[in-house]
Amino acid sequence: MITGAEAIVRSLEQEGVEIIFGYPGATICPLYDKLSKSNIKHILVRHEQHAGHEASGYARIKQKPGVCMTTSGPGATNLITALGTAYMDSIPLVALTGQVDTDLLGRDVFQEVDITGSVAPFTKYSYLVKNAADIPRIFKEAFHIASTGRPGPVLIDIPVNVQNHKLEFFVPGEVNLRGYKPTIKGHVGQIKRVCRAINSAAKPLICVGGGIFTAKGQKELKQFAETVNIPIVSTMMGIGAVPTDHPLYLGMLGMHGKTIANQAISDADLLILIGARVSDRAVLLPARVGKQTAIVHIDIDPAEIGKNLSTLIPVVGDAKEILTQVMNVQPEIKSNEWIELLNSKKSKIEPDYRPRKFGINPKAFVNLFTEKLPDDHIYCADVGQNQLWSAANCRIKTGRFLTSGGLGTMGYSIPAAIGAKFADPEKTVVAVCGDGSFQMNMMELATICQNDVDIKIVVMKNNKLGLVKEIQKSAYKNNEVAVDLTGSPNIPFIAKAYGIPARTIDNMDEAEEAINEMLTYKGTYLLECVVDANESSV
Amino acid sequence: MKHTISVLVENKSGVLSRISGLFARRGFNIDSLAVGTTEDKNISRITLVVEGDDYIAEQATKQLNKQIDVIKVKKLNRDEITRRELVLVKVKMSAAQRGEIVDIVKIMQGQIVDLSPTTLTVEMCDRPDKIDILIEMLSHYNIIEVARTGTIALQKGAEFV
Repeated sequence: MITGAEAIVRSLEQEGVEIIFGYPGATICPLYDKLSKSNIKHILVRHEQHAGHEASGYARIKQKPGVCMTTSGPGATNLITALGTAYMDSIPLVALTGQVDTDLLGRDVFQEVDITGSVAPFTKYSYLVKNAADIPRIFKEAFHIASTGRPGPVLIDIPVNVQNHKLEFFVPGEVNLRGYKPTIKGHVGQIKRVCRAINSAAKPLICVGGGIFTAKGQKELKQFAETVNIPIVSTMMGIGAVPTDHPLYLGMLGMHGKTIANQAISDADLLILIGARVSDRAVLLPARVGKQTAIVHIDIDPAEIGKNLSTLIPVVGDAKEILTQVMNVQPEIKSNEWIELLNSKKSKIEPDYRPRKFGINPKAFVNLFTEKLPDDHIYCADVGQNQLWSAANCRIKTGRFLTSGGLGTMGYSIPAAIGAKFADPEKTVVAVCGDGSFQMNMMELATICQNDVDIKIVVMKNNKLGLVKEIQKSAYKNNEVAVDLTGSPNIPFIAKAYGIPARTIDNMDEAEEAINEMLTYKGTYLLECVVDANESSV
Repeated sequence: MKHTISVLVENKSGVLSRISGLFARRGFNIDSLAVGTTEDKNISRITLVVEGDDYIAEQATKQLNKQIDVIKVKKLNRDEITRRELVLVKVKMSAAQRGEIVDIVKIMQGQIVDLSPTTLTVEMCDRPDKIDILIEMLSHYNIIEVARTGTIALQKGAEFV
């Protein structure tokens, strides 16, 4: 017989868990006690929300569930934003929370909160463990649910006494949930319809979303687009699905996207959506697009198909699998006419990389920065104007672009970068944020120092919440409210207080040399870029 | 338009709250919801009546299917199902009114299941629209309380979910 806590540790080891991001407290102490005797590494964060984001960054790079753990009550509620962030972007997480004694459940005792109830809308599934004997089965199921089908966060709430109860440990067999059988292979009839639609289209267009990474189908996507000769646009979550300098890639679409990408969407006669949700930020007028354009929607989640855009040909399944199936039917190779038309328009639109009278041109900076980075770097973009500057101007080749796409959670970049670095220590990992988002995650500098994490941080500093300021300018008659960040600390001083070298630049002439200095430094480095408060997002 | 959806779910705690939460969150209007176990004690059947257009019905079905604890979902065709609902109505009445009420109950094929000098309780099990008629008729008297179970339904003939 072993204790519930020992069974949890053993279950985690069975699942191949190597690292957990967490923050302790009274109701999770039995688990921490047993975890210390395991080879599983624990990273102490400085705020529970970041435990979730770090697990998220880890999961996205490692392509398996990230694990985070917190105590009950406020520890658990602090985790909620990270779970919501992961849910919106379909990131596999397993979150463990301590809970009060089963005999006290429902009595509003110290640090009790109904966390499974609280997170129901944005977890894929959750468990409240009432019986220690269920631990092996529950953990096996949780990792299965989190990582298969459309991935997402799964929460396991474990009362403190259950962690101490004894059980006979067993290794569970294959998971068999009768209500959960994700479809992987595309329906053969639908695949044929897709090919016929491609054959009869004059202006086909691929729109790729984050689902392509989940399916590990980047190679198949590139092959498909190149073979059939179809141009590609991406959602924010789909950035990097093909190299951003690929001749068929037109850029990100949507409200803050590239003009040419949006133009392609409205001109196309066939839109092939792959692992994309078609959110309001991606397609502003879905009703109109659906009317003029035939839509093929490939997604592993049937509930996404037809939710925002009326679809002509739905194909449920794994994107990689389906692309291979489509290729096997050999759709006609499309002529260059449509691509040449798009390219002629594309070449007329030059990005605005001109020097600014005051400060850094953030668009030019992102472009230069990512040019200097190794091809396989991992770029973590935060939320705000900085996210849009990053999304539109970064060059991603064989690396990844990680950001909070669906929920738009400020403060995501630094913890996500920490998690990504743990997942792949060989890669150069950068976090680009604004001075607003930096102040939502700067406590994680301590996590960086404690664990000798090497990430490169860029803070775009304009002393404003720039994106909100822009909304207030356009929609509220320039009535700037609560967007002034006066009172913020000297950010390089903050970094230096943690022993992290830092530097400020306010002129593009210094940019290249400063980037070189940052990249040659072994260890975390912070570069602050002063940006004009009136710099626009697009 | 009303849609009747039959849902087979794992008989576990928390399932009902997940499903009702899902409907609230996505803005689907539940007209009625009835739940009970099936021939298999590990499986419950939830019968939902949802108000909305075809888009809502399709979305509701898909979102239900997405739930891990949902085993099967079927939108039932109105003309191909047997629908039933049970109602209890307590009416306050004078001795002079009793005969009239008994007549109504008889015509509607209900039953009087409880009686006191000033009240009587009517039970009726029938199609929801018939129950509406009963309540409408009784509303001319003094209805004190109504309890309805919500619609349950099964497909006609050999069809099953």
